Amino acid sequence: MTATLSPDPISDLRQLLQFPFMVNALEAGTIVAILAAVVGWFVVLRRQTFASHTLSLMAFPGATGAALAGLPAALGYYVACTAAALVISRGGRSAGRTYGGETATIGTVQTVGLAAGFLFLSLNQAVLGGGESLLFGTFLGVTPTQVLVLAGVAALTIAALAAIGRPLLFATVEPTVAQASGVPVAWLDAGFLLILALAIAATSQITGVLLVFALLVAPPACAQQITLRPIAGLLLSVVFALLIAWLGLAFAYFSIYPVGFYATSLAFGLYVVLRAGLSLKRRRN
Amino acid sequence: MFAYEFVRNAYLAGTFIALACGTIGWFVVLRGQVFAGDALSHVAFVGAIGAAVVGVDERVGLFVLTLALAGTMGALGRRAQADDVAIGTAFAWVLGVGVLLLAILATSSGGASGVTTANTLFGSIYALSAGASVSAAAIALAATLFVLAVTRPLLLSTLDAELAVVRGVPVRALGLAFLAALAIITSESTQAVGALLLLGLIAAPAGAAASLTARPLLGVALSGAIAVGAMWGGLALSYAIGSLPPSSAIIGLAAAAYAICSVTARLRHHARR
Repeated sequence: MTATLSPDPISDLRQLLQFPFMVNALEAGTIVAILAAVVGWFVVLRRQTFASHTLSLMAFPGATGAALAGLPAALGYYVACTAAALVISRGGRSAGRTYGGETATIGTVQTVGLAAGFLFLSLNQAVLGGGESLLFGTFLGVTPTQVLVLAGVAALTIAALAAIGRPLLFATVEPTVAQASGVPVAWLDAGFLLILALAIAATSQITGVLLVFALLVAPPACAQQITLRPIAGLLLSVVFALLIAWLGLAFAYFSIYPVGFYATSLAFGLYVVLRAGLSLKRRRN
Repeated sequence: MFAYEFVRNAYLAGTFIALACGTIGWFVVLRGQVFAGDALSHVAFVGAIGAAVVGVDERVGLFVLTLALAGTMGALGRRAQADDVAIGTAFAWVLGVGVLLLAILATSSGGASGVTTANTLFGSIYALSAGASVSAAAIALAATLFVLAVTRPLLLSTLDAELAVVRGVPVRALGLAFLAALAIITSESTQAVGALLLLGLIAAPAGAAASLTARPLLGVALSGAIAVGAMWGGLALSYAIGSLPPSSAIIGLAAAAYAICSVTARLRHHARR
């Protein structure tokens, strides 16, 4: 890309929006940022980062399996993520297991998925072609159809989350009390994992498997450093995610280096600055 | 099949790597540090690419980066156990740096990056040279012996940190040393099993052993035995079936062992009730 940055921000913006692929990327980035930030707020509250990392890696067997079966890759993403979410929720915390036992299950699901993906790849006689875009995203190759599908999935997922939001919050913060007052905690756990699987399958098609965290975990983690109030926290998390996605895309456009690097650096920088700032403030009080 | 040198090399390195992963993995699962191990194994991949960009030996990058991450994670948390949100955010960034290095590598050397990526992500145990397999075995054996030597204080500091402090166990230093041992075994096995699949050898045998017995020493021994068994079986399977990659076969067997053990444990639990 031979884009040059001029001192005038308005003309820069106009230059950015001049190409359809950039518009598609920005639209997809916006949808994915909102979806990831909302679902991620619950992920961070529930300390399920390892589970979400594992679900995001399921894109690999999903994509290679779909290629082997001759199906569209997106379908493979959704199927593999959902299947993994079901397995994890079976061996999950509701079964009265320890944290260590739960992570052993998640870790095993993760490598089994990866091993299966590697097997599909070798059965397909393919080299790891496009493997890097699978792992690190194809932000700049998004089609208008993909944007539409993404918007549909995002609307569905956020609606489902809104429907179970209040009991889920209760079950997360006070699982024992929730159980005693008749909230179906185990069902909510499984339901949330399924929502998470859908959100991650959608996000990782755009950001790539390994970089989902820049939008899913970092923005809500930053928001929860500032406030623990649900509505304010969710809004703040969406704002952070949008900033990371937009700035990451813009930086990548004006340089030769990939979006993933800028997005994760912005996310990590924000997290470190906020954490350091807040611990300084606490020390002063 | 042992007439071939590459098979003997794979078995030599594989046995000791599996033994180390199994024994260390039992403690990793007990301490709830599977995610930390996972982060280390992904970061190992970035280390390998970084070494390729700078032009030094792959192992230098692997060891430097994983040890640095282990130190950071240890320093961040109490009891040398970092919070999983912090791990997630930090290692996402390291992966982001990996993307940058990959882009630099792709523009500078053209084409070679794909092979490096595939090898560090999924390993190539049948491609180990005699020298590489001997040094892998030696490093893995050293890591195993270290963990076995500190088994008692490590157990105490994991299960009851306050009591351990009272008894004079250096809990923090021990936690750091444990993470360092994990980092070393991660970087060493990356070349054989691959960064992405290594976690299976750490988590699955340990999970299987933990569902069979709660007794520590028996658990460690079982975990090591299951890992070695999966390694031997997986290598033989992939030797027999040409299109089956060794990493997939090894992980498949380890996971099958875990699935069988946890299902039988659950059934027994129900029957007792």
